Amino acid sequence: MIQFILLFSRQGKLRLQKWYTSQTDKSKKKITREIIAAVLSRKPKMSSFLEWKDLKIVYKRYASLYFCCAIEQDDNELLTLETIHRYVELLDKYFGSVCELDIIFNFEKAYFIFDEFILGGEIQETSKKSVLKAVNDQDVIQEVETPQGLIDEY
Amino acid sequence: MSTTMDQVVKKAKDSFGPIFDKSLHDLVRGIRSHKDDESKFINEAIDEIKQELKQENMSVKANAVNKLTYLQMLGYDISWSAFNIIEVMSSNKFTFKRIGYLAASQCFHEGTDVLMLTTNMIRKDLNSSSMYEAGLAMSGLSCFINADLARDLANDIMSLLSSTKPYIRKRAVLLLYKVFLNNPDALKPAFPRLREKLEDQDPGVQAAAVNVICELARRNPKNYLSLAPIFFRLMTSSTNNWVLIKIIKLFGALTPLEPRLGKKLIEPLTNLIHSTSAMSLLYECINTVIAVLVSISTGLPNHEASIQLCVQKLRILIEDSDQNLKYLGLLAMSKILQTHPKSVQAHNDLILQCLDDKDESIRLRALGLLSGMVSKKNLMEIVRKLMIHMHKSEGSHYRDELLSKIIGVCSQNDYQYIANFEWYVSILVELTRLEGTKHGGMISLQLLDVAVRVESIRQFACNQMAILLENAHVFILGSNSSSVAEVLYAAAWICGEFSSSLKEPEKTLEAMLNTKITSFPGHIQSVYYQNILKVITHIIISSENGGTVAKDLVSMAITKMSVFLSSGDVEAQERASVVLNILKVVLKLIEKSEFNPNELTVLFDGVLNPVASKAQRKVAIPNGLDLDAWINDPPSESEDETVPSNPYEYSKQGLFSDDQRENYYNASNLSSNTGDNSPRQYTELTSEELDKQRETRKQSEHLNPFYIKETKKSKSTAQTNVSSAILDSSDRSQPAMSKGTIPAGLQLVSSDQLYRQSKIDQENHRLKNKSKADSGSAKKGKKSTRKTDSAAADNVDENLYPAIKVTRGGELPEGATESGNEDNDEEKYVGKNKKYDPHRALNIDLSEPVHVVPPLAPALAVPEPISTVTEQLTTATTKTKKKKKTEKDEKPKSKSKRERTDYKQLSPGDEEDKRVASPTPLQPPAATSTIVETTVPKEKVKKKKPKGKESTTETLTSAPLVRDIMGDDDINPMSSSNQQANEPAIYKSIAESEHLLITSSITPSSSPAQLDVTFLLKNRTSSIINQIDVHVIDSMSSKLLNTTSPNHVSFPSISVFPHAEYYIHIYFAITAISFPQKLKTTLTYTINKPSSENSKETIEFKLDLPCSQYLIKKTIDSNAFADLMSSSTLTSQSHINIPSSSQDFPSILKILCQSYRFTVVDQIASAASLYSESVLGHPIALLLKSSNGIAIDGKSTEMHFLSNLLEEMKNFFK
Repeated sequence: MIQFILLFSRQGKLRLQKWYTSQTDKSKKKITREIIAAVLSRKPKMSSFLEWKDLKIVYKRYASLYFCCAIEQDDNELLTLETIHRYVELLDKYFGSVCELDIIFNFEKAYFIFDEFILGGEIQETSKKSVLKAVNDQDVIQEVETPQGLIDEY
Repeated sequence: MSTTMDQVVKKAKDSFGPIFDKSLHDLVRGIRSHKDDESKFINEAIDEIKQELKQENMSVKANAVNKLTYLQMLGYDISWSAFNIIEVMSSNKFTFKRIGYLAASQCFHEGTDVLMLTTNMIRKDLNSSSMYEAGLAMSGLSCFINADLARDLANDIMSLLSSTKPYIRKRAVLLLYKVFLNNPDALKPAFPRLREKLEDQDPGVQAAAVNVICELARRNPKNYLSLAPIFFRLMTSSTNNWVLIKIIKLFGALTPLEPRLGKKLIEPLTNLIHSTSAMSLLYECINTVIAVLVSISTGLPNHEASIQLCVQKLRILIEDSDQNLKYLGLLAMSKILQTHPKSVQAHNDLILQCLDDKDESIRLRALGLLSGMVSKKNLMEIVRKLMIHMHKSEGSHYRDELLSKIIGVCSQNDYQYIANFEWYVSILVELTRLEGTKHGGMISLQLLDVAVRVESIRQFACNQMAILLENAHVFILGSNSSSVAEVLYAAAWICGEFSSSLKEPEKTLEAMLNTKITSFPGHIQSVYYQNILKVITHIIISSENGGTVAKDLVSMAITKMSVFLSSGDVEAQERASVVLNILKVVLKLIEKSEFNPNELTVLFDGVLNPVASKAQRKVAIPNGLDLDAWINDPPSESEDETVPSNPYEYSKQGLFSDDQRENYYNASNLSSNTGDNSPRQYTELTSEELDKQRETRKQSEHLNPFYIKETKKSKSTAQTNVSSAILDSSDRSQPAMSKGTIPAGLQLVSSDQLYRQSKIDQENHRLKNKSKADSGSAKKGKKSTRKTDSAAADNVDENLYPAIKVTRGGELPEGATESGNEDNDEEKYVGKNKKYDPHRALNIDLSEPVHVVPPLAPALAVPEPISTVTEQLTTATTKTKKKKKTEKDEKPKSKSKRERTDYKQLSPGDEEDKRVASPTPLQPPAATSTIVETTVPKEKVKKKKPKGKESTTETLTSAPLVRDIMGDDDINPMSSSNQQANEPAIYKSIAESEHLLITSSITPSSSPAQLDVTFLLKNRTSSIINQIDVHVIDSMSSKLLNTTSPNHVSFPSISVFPHAEYYIHIYFAITAISFPQKLKTTLTYTINKPSSENSKETIEFKLDLPCSQYLIKKTIDSNAFADLMSSSTLTSQSHINIPSSSQDFPSILKILCQSYRFTVVDQIASAASLYSESVLGHPIALLLKSSNGIAIDGKSTEMHFLSNLLEEMKNFFK
């Protein structure tokens, strides 16, 4: 099971964090700091895996962003890499050739895509189409709601 | 689309003016433009947000919460806003709900206290009519669910499993896993439903169920063994790699428990390994094959082939330029290494290559593999490579790792693989030249160990150590950062203890005396002083004209030694003073000409032997000694705290016991800490007290088995004449070395030199051997020689590597044995450190019946239906069979029945117990089986069963150990129709040819009305059968689905291996059910004969679809049944009579329940009402009466169907 997913920039700035196990804010911060440091210290020619405590960290760099997944000992590293790649593809499709700024300014959308792709640390939908349809459908509901939303609330 | 919130805010801004300062975009931009004073800007932003949260307007609040979510991600604490988040979550608008749930899932955790307020709101959302609202609630819940929520919402989530929308079902299934983790009690009642989802129509739901069960089963595999057949089928039919990987992983967890499963798996897995192009799948397959091979070490014919295949594939991975594949290949290789080291050794070259890799983690993996790969033959070469790497490598961590690996590899099994100890000693010496290593202690201990254990090496070691001592100043310089100086400890001791082997003892002594010893740590100083005395003793004894030499020597030593009295270390100081005083006494005696050198040797008398690592613990405690009692008053707490950790650490595998090591620590601690405040204490001791102390120490030294005593001279002289051949070669190499590539002028023997020397020796040996064996071809070139004599290599080895005597093991106290009464330290360690694991609570035996009180107590005072009782018994019986499940449970047909059993019919456990205690005459078969089972639970009950008790015997004999997929050659198609009826899920033989035996089973399903016809193909040939194609002509009421061409379903990817079985599924859409059908079916297949001639064959047969196969098991409660009967909907009626002679009432009832899929609605002594539905939803009600034969009255809405069905029954019971 995926334990958590972190997105951070080359400068070590966190861009997204998704936790699939319950953690206090304090331990989240500690783990994040340690993992960002560990991953950023890796050289480019190194493998995408590192062992961290009793977890395995699988990471991959896309442009300026590191996508980083923590999985358990028995989990399949290559499948996790594919998961990461699939997520990047989803972002790319959704935003239309995604860049770091898209994720910064529309972080909630990036989270929504996560929620349609992965639930509770398990892949829930392997079809790109279905994931994007679910996200878009919900966006449409929001858009439809928006104008009346204001009037109703007044 | 992403600007939705902005639009909202903009509009709000327009109407409310300055209150709403920032949308999320403004905030993000603001943060980016205030890089210097980010925290100030954010604090201001938070203040604004707090204002916004106070607004009534929900869109403003939602915007504020959205911004907070962003800040949370940046690491700011937003837990104070939990209430506001809940407010936004509870909004009726999806827009706000979405924001609210996102915020909650990001910042709530199981400890968040406001969570208890959310239960009802979440329940409402879960049951919302909007699919996406329920979806939101579920993904939110998956992040912050806690025990309370899991308990309160379990039922709601369960009911979502039967939602009509796959989207909801899928999420509910995944969420269930989180529910189980937080509320383990939910697992058992939910499991049947979860299991059902494995065969959901929607592949996404199926995949989700596979994921969840895989997670569960990895933790507690034994509870999920019974699912193996379902997973096996999924594995062979699924094409989704994401799902396949999970299933294969699951099998990896199951196989250790059931070796037969492993045997069955090997074939499909190797097929996948051959065929797949997805690396992730390949990797998973290899891992599971390895797990299988570990679990079945014997008895598999193509066992070797599978390993070879894995190793080959791994080699491809390792050779790949992708670092990730390389890394994983090595990782998997190390798993194979544990069980099949030989297969890995063949790839020695590849793994050595990986040591050159740029990635440290890959190098470390390769290193890990090496220790398992060494042999006498390749050890030197491997270590040489490692040494080269050591010099090249940069990171000190990796270098230390290399160092400890080298020592580990060489020393394993008491130096099992070392053929040339000179070489090893020189390696150790070279290792000391490493800068900044933290393993100085380890090297030192190795040197000591080798010198003590290998007699023949002592002279060589001694002289190497002497060189080290002569260059001790090198170590002083670098001693700050590293522990390499530790090696002097070994050097001094070896030179002293085996001083008779020294070439120039005077020179060595001089070197020792001239070193600035006092700058070393205390324990090294102590060893120096003690061994100076040993060397002096040796020189005096061995000198011809003892008198004059001795006098000069001793007086020289006295002058030098007096410097050492100023040592900062108490122990060292004391030793120095003892040695000095002894020398003074000696000098006095020499001056009086009363000196007898032998008096001096007595000091170091005795032979030194290695001591077993656990010897200390095995020393029996003398009577009357209480080790736990305080000798003095316990020290106060504060004193303890002042003791710092010692900078000099020994590696764990030491020659010295822990307590002795501690002495060193204490000694040096005292010196470093108390230097200022406490010397007074020492001066206050009177000389008497000191003497006393010395006395007691001497005594304890005498008693201490670890105390190093002097070696007998006679022994050490005897050592010099060993293994002259080796010494010769080392002598030869030494002068060459003194020209020296080694810096600092050390005249050490280079390991490389010795390595080359040994290569030459090997070559000579080969040639010699060659000429012996085949004198004629002796002049041939080296290459051919190598090839031809590789077969004789083993013989050569014997000659090549002289047997060097190594004292293995160690001394133990009298009566103690090495193996006996070991301490289980490791186990304790594991036990202590084990974290709390939530999965432990999920270790629930799922095969036990659920102990749930039925929701509605049965109103009628009639005995439980017999079928129920027998089912209970079968569950109970299978339980005793160590959970090897009956295949009935595995078969899809009985699935729904099982579920029903768990929920409705199964009475609570205590009721079952009652039955067991007082069997009533009404249920003779049940009673007997129960008694047998309870009295002899572990015996094989089936043999003792009385014959003819259909219900129980049947199930008992059929508990076939996951036969469905294991089935060796014995899936016996039931010959008698009677048995078929009892075993609905048993495959019925429908056709056969000389190549293929086809059996089939049918599973109906409603909405959409379908029949799933499973053919089990059994290959009778010894060739592979593939290209299977099924052709069925559609009829009026049935249509073949998933066709590849009209009326054809082909299975191009399936190959049935020789004597193996394979399932194929075909599906029919059913439009009418009135009449039984016989569909003309043609199955074509190709036999791949080894002779390369493929032949295409066909089998034609009629696929029988009787009316009974259209029935689906449905439960109905007695009130609804009564309503149905009294309403006039069931217009058609039919009646049959079965003569009493053929069957008795209970067995007919059972057959109707099992193979006709009826359920008992109500039953009294000799009458019962039953109910079922067709795939198209037609209700069927039956009334059975036992009076002079059995009368069956049927009612339904479908006339023809009913009469055909009853006709079928009649024929069946005839």
